[in-house]
Amino acid sequence: MRSKGTERKSPVAELSHKVAGKPVEALGDLGVKRKSSTSSYLLVSPYILHFTVFVLFPVGFSLFLTFHEWNIIGPMKYVGLANYEKLIQDQYFLKSIRNTLVFLAIHIPLQIVIALGLAAVLNEKIWFRAFFRGAFFMPVVVSGVVVTILWQQLYGYEMGSINTFLMWIGIKKVGWLIDPFWAMPSIAIMATWKNVGLYIILFLVGLQSVPRSLYEAADLEGASKWQKFIYITLPGINPTIFMVVVLSTISGFSLFIEPYVMTGGGPLNTTLSSVLYIYKQGFFYYHMGYAATMGFVFALLILFVVMIQRLTIENK
Amino acid sequence: MRKAILYILLCLFAFVFLYPFIWMVSASLSEERSIKDIVLTPVHFTFEQYTKLFQSIPILGSLANSLIVATAVTAGVLILGSMVGYALARHRFAGRNAIFYLILFTMTLPFQLTLIPNYILMVEFGWTNSFAALIIPAMLNAFAIILFRQHFMSIPQDLIDAARIDGCNELRILFQVLWPISVPTLITVGIITFMTSWNEVLWPIIVIRKESLMTMPQLVTLYAVGGRSLGQIGMKLASATMLAMPIIIAYLIFQKYFIQSMANSGLKE
Repeated sequence: MRSKGTERKSPVAELSHKVAGKPVEALGDLGVKRKSSTSSYLLVSPYILHFTVFVLFPVGFSLFLTFHEWNIIGPMKYVGLANYEKLIQDQYFLKSIRNTLVFLAIHIPLQIVIALGLAAVLNEKIWFRAFFRGAFFMPVVVSGVVVTILWQQLYGYEMGSINTFLMWIGIKKVGWLIDPFWAMPSIAIMATWKNVGLYIILFLVGLQSVPRSLYEAADLEGASKWQKFIYITLPGINPTIFMVVVLSTISGFSLFIEPYVMTGGGPLNTTLSSVLYIYKQGFFYYHMGYAATMGFVFALLILFVVMIQRLTIENK
Repeated sequence: MRKAILYILLCLFAFVFLYPFIWMVSASLSEERSIKDIVLTPVHFTFEQYTKLFQSIPILGSLANSLIVATAVTAGVLILGSMVGYALARHRFAGRNAIFYLILFTMTLPFQLTLIPNYILMVEFGWTNSFAALIIPAMLNAFAIILFRQHFMSIPQDLIDAARIDGCNELRILFQVLWPISVPTLITVGIITFMTSWNEVLWPIIVIRKESLMTMPQLVTLYAVGGRSLGQIGMKLASATMLAMPIIIAYLIFQKYFIQSMANSGLKE
């Protein structure tokens, strides 16, 4: 029942293995006609072209735009550092960072605990494993738009299934999407539901990469289940945990369709996400320079956060 | 005993993951006023929500648009991605390592950085309101190149040498010798690319404004947000169901490949 995917080594371990293993390049001496390097450059030319047009130029132009004011139609105006000055005083910008941090503070721990827990259970000898895994994975494949429209109804105050259930077990109704306190946590819970299937799969791959012999050795020493988890499993799946944290962080900074459809950024801007704010500045007000500045700063922020996460997790 | 608890736990979670979908389909097949009474199956079964939906938005046209875009993007990524991946894995040329590290580097770039300039690029190219904006920028990505490169590094050199002795040029070697023995990698890259393209919504919202050119997620989003559904929950859920169905059906048929592809995609990091 186990698919090939779950029997592989940890993806990270595999990657480093393959990078270390050098490609076979014993051509020249065998008398085989060597391909000209022209053909090599022709083969990689699509990438060079794509990179130049859709990555290199945009990154450069983005930096250029941050020093300008432009509404796309009229002339561009050089404004120096005005966009950056505006940005650090922009309460909506700060609010969107705060909102993202709230999202991450709930989403990441929830994601890791549920994904790791379910992966550990699925890693045992279980009947219908394929069914369970398939069920958990289902939300991963559907569009975020579907999930958002669906959960908007589930979260409904008067008629939503979740509040109906809460009333049934005797708990007061919660204003999931209309209460400023609950709105962002609600989105974080929904996002966990949507993504956790992917992380279950990644953790399963990770768990299978921990060598059996370590557990056997620990059994001989009389280690408890908990000790084995702390000293063998956790270090073994460290790369997977890092991957899950990074992917969750990136999805937190990419929130768009969820607040766009469910709340429009409200109530009281508590679900205004970074991308939603960039979208509003760029495509609602046509402040291209300011929106580009925001994109630039957010990108740096993401890279910075991921770097901190890497250092923290590698030190543990 | 312990096993029993595990099974109860698993069933509980399976319910939490599947129930919303069942509820969504049931609600889309019920009368508007009965939606609040739904437990599992439709109440006052009717196709009314769907017939009204077809009358109010061009949802079938958007389905066709999504299929065209996702298919073109997937074909592009498979062809171009395997070309670049092959050269990086099996050719020696000046700058090869530089290009490889460049690709790894671009994978770490957050999309927020290039969103605005890429939109401006589309405006300058005159690609807004055309499929070109949806297809061409997505026709190649770093992730596909890396996966193809990994795969082609594991193929025996003899095979390539033999083909070269037979006088095959590099494109024939790639597409006629290597592709047939690379089906799993092609499926992995194909599924992830198709799914990503099918579900993409931010970029279409930005570059497409003409209703007849909209992809399905975009049209469904505008319909849900734009208030044209007039608070009709049943119709919103019907549109969401229609958007979910093609990919869920594909998933049920190719479940193994979907899960395996995503496990492989862990290589991303």
